[in-house]
Amino acid sequence: MEASELNTLPHLPALRRGRPYDSLEKTEIVDHSTGRVVAVVSQVNAGILKKDLQRIDEGRAALRKFSVAELIEISAKAGELFLHGTLPLGDRGHTQSADDYVRTLSGTSGLPHVMVRRNMAKIHYALTHVGTVLNGLTRGLPMEVIDRGYGEQSGAAVSYYPTTQALGLVMPSNSPAVNSLWLPAIALKTPVVIKPGREEPWTPYRLIQAFLAAGAPPEAFGFYPTDHEGAGEVMRLCGRALIFGDANTVAQYRDNPKFSVHGPGFSKILLGEDCVEQWPEYIELMAASIAENGGRSCVNASAVIVPRYGKEIADALAKILGPVTPLRSEDEGAKLSGFANPKMADYIDSAIDDGLKVNGAEDVTARYRNGERKVIFEGGTFLRPTIVLCDSFSHPLANREFLCPYASVVEVPQSEMLRQIGASLVVTAITKDPAFTSQLLDSPLIERLNLGPISTMKISWDQPHEGNMFEFLYKRRSIERA
Amino acid sequence: MTAPTPEAAHEALESHLREIVQWHFNPETGSPFWLNWAAKAGWDPRAEIKTVADLQKFPHFEDEWLRDLQPEVWVPKAFAGRPFNIFETGGTTGMPKQRIGWEDYKVDYSEFSDKISDEHFPRNHYWLMMGPTGPRRLRLAIEHLANVRGSSCYFIDLDPRWVKRLITNKHFDQAKAYMEHVVDQAANILKHRKVSGLFTTPKLLEALAERVNIWDAGIRGVFCGGTTMLPQYTRFIVEEVLENRIGFYPTYGNTLMGLAASVPLTPADQYSITYYAPQPRAILRVVDPENTATTVEYDSWGRVELTTLTREFFMPRFLERDEAIRRKPRGQYAWDGVAEVRPFGAMQKTIVEGVY
Repeated sequence: MEASELNTLPHLPALRRGRPYDSLEKTEIVDHSTGRVVAVVSQVNAGILKKDLQRIDEGRAALRKFSVAELIEISAKAGELFLHGTLPLGDRGHTQSADDYVRTLSGTSGLPHVMVRRNMAKIHYALTHVGTVLNGLTRGLPMEVIDRGYGEQSGAAVSYYPTTQALGLVMPSNSPAVNSLWLPAIALKTPVVIKPGREEPWTPYRLIQAFLAAGAPPEAFGFYPTDHEGAGEVMRLCGRALIFGDANTVAQYRDNPKFSVHGPGFSKILLGEDCVEQWPEYIELMAASIAENGGRSCVNASAVIVPRYGKEIADALAKILGPVTPLRSEDEGAKLSGFANPKMADYIDSAIDDGLKVNGAEDVTARYRNGERKVIFEGGTFLRPTIVLCDSFSHPLANREFLCPYASVVEVPQSEMLRQIGASLVVTAITKDPAFTSQLLDSPLIERLNLGPISTMKISWDQPHEGNMFEFLYKRRSIERA
Repeated sequence: MTAPTPEAAHEALESHLREIVQWHFNPETGSPFWLNWAAKAGWDPRAEIKTVADLQKFPHFEDEWLRDLQPEVWVPKAFAGRPFNIFETGGTTGMPKQRIGWEDYKVDYSEFSDKISDEHFPRNHYWLMMGPTGPRRLRLAIEHLANVRGSSCYFIDLDPRWVKRLITNKHFDQAKAYMEHVVDQAANILKHRKVSGLFTTPKLLEALAERVNIWDAGIRGVFCGGTTMLPQYTRFIVEEVLENRIGFYPTYGNTLMGLAASVPLTPADQYSITYYAPQPRAILRVVDPENTATTVEYDSWGRVELTTLTREFFMPRFLERDEAIRRKPRGQYAWDGVAEVRPFGAMQKTIVEGVY
């Protein structure tokens, strides 16, 4: 593309304490199917982050001028603006309507419009219910306690202090809804320092613009497209940071209280002995848990564990999911996401094929797919759903999670299930057996437990399924006042 | 200083070239290496090298010669009996490249002194060098530069070979600790001594500025070299580290060439730094990597080729491990410049530069 054309495209500047910064170094964001450049994004070096973070107190001071109640109000307005508004897009006079956002994000991420809208709705809900969310996170703490630093809860004196001057965010590129995780930070008077995913600057940028238009102070927002070194500084210099990554990243940071690490969920559906005979009733629920949102969420089920009928259940799931093919992104029926980075699709496709070479696994979807798992559709790269029947939970494909609709089906005796499944972000246990229910409730390996036929995709904003943002950003101290 | 015309500069260069070739290939004055080389090559450079274009008759200088051969083979007969300095190249591990010399570094840095202002590097004051000293030419060169300006210099060493090894072995914590150790020492000097001029690498400069306010510490001029400085990074150094009030003099150089100074940045440069070789003592060309006989077009990327032409050292057509943009003559420099120098192949692979 000619330089003159690049100069007319939208340019997302870095935001340094809210102020736009036009870097001499820019990256191009391209449409996943056509390769056309749709925007350029300013990149900053780690030194700029270090310089700005020396003055991060100003961001918190700007937020402290507001009460939590006012910030909840601002968040709600921001939610409406995010969902419906036309907001500034960069510093070259472009604007972005809600439909523009859907089209652009879909074009660069590969997510169909319908999924982008669903993600928008989640973010909108989170922003317009910050009060409810904080009530859940704080177990009913009066928000004046945050404003004043101390107060009473249930007749007892309480005091909370912030654990950090800023919340650092090293964001992924694969799921816009994860931005909902940081939204309560603003109402909790904590500035955010965001390193957007390389291919997905859209959502955090639009959210910041929505907050600013709703009256939030610019100093509270840092938007720093940067490299690996810069991401490291975000994590090092912010007292608290959210990180998204693979199992290795999770293992590296899990035990450090400075970080809230979000990685693969390894979410599962467990079918109890008492309900297994009725398995056909749950097939639609299982398929939806596996494939909704293009199979990209950590709350998507990646394994179905059953005491019997593994073969039949795998076949029934494959019959539903196997024929699913890519559709045009604007098609309301689109169920698959394209890959902004086709190499990721190559990696996943070959990882599944490698796993299938180990005895004891069968790609059951293959018989219903009529073609390869990896397909090119209108220039974009897609992975079609894959259900793998494994003969034991120790098979390399039994407990894997991929960025596509993928799940294993494994027969495990009910008495062995909790011993074998390992850590799981969400478990949907379809059982009415009181003894099994009691064992499930006692399990330290399950972050969110759905008892009964509930999709793994269902989340409750007032019950955090992965970390508690209030406890992450505030600590209680004992207090006595004369 | 009045700039020569490109024609005059070219004429002066070719005259110098003929003189240097006569010197190195004359049995009365030349070095054993080049005399033997000419005997084996079967042609007499004194007869055949008359113009810069004729340099193409030489093959590319092989850096292995500087590793494998004993230093005395490079001694021109006219220098016989005079002890020499042995200088080594930067971050190499294993047997380093070595260049011998006597006065060249003084000539280069005396000339460079005329390109830096008294406002930024006050005369009769103190300097600090924080960077690779050890066996490098730079150590003596900086001290000479300070001395030429009536100043003296403090030194803090950084061993780039150790840094390179730490980074290659992924010992990032140790690399960071070593860098802090180096910066600690510099901060200590700045705290207790009056210093106005600083030589360092960009990364060390950034780290030092995180520790102390270098303007308040008395620094008025910074002379930098060592690693890639892309335009955005240069802008960061100028605007945010030096806060637009400390003089900044980026340079490109090494033991084999000497020092290529940069022209002062203008807004039109967009912080893209262009360096000019100390012609006629060295020639920098930006060549097509696939056909090194030809230079690339102006404002295009190519590989850097260096020819060194002094009485102490003759090195024709050495292919540097750098790539750069070829730039037009400018200001006082009536010959081509090299801009945005970075390791050759930097766009294709990750290259360990460390802090050096």
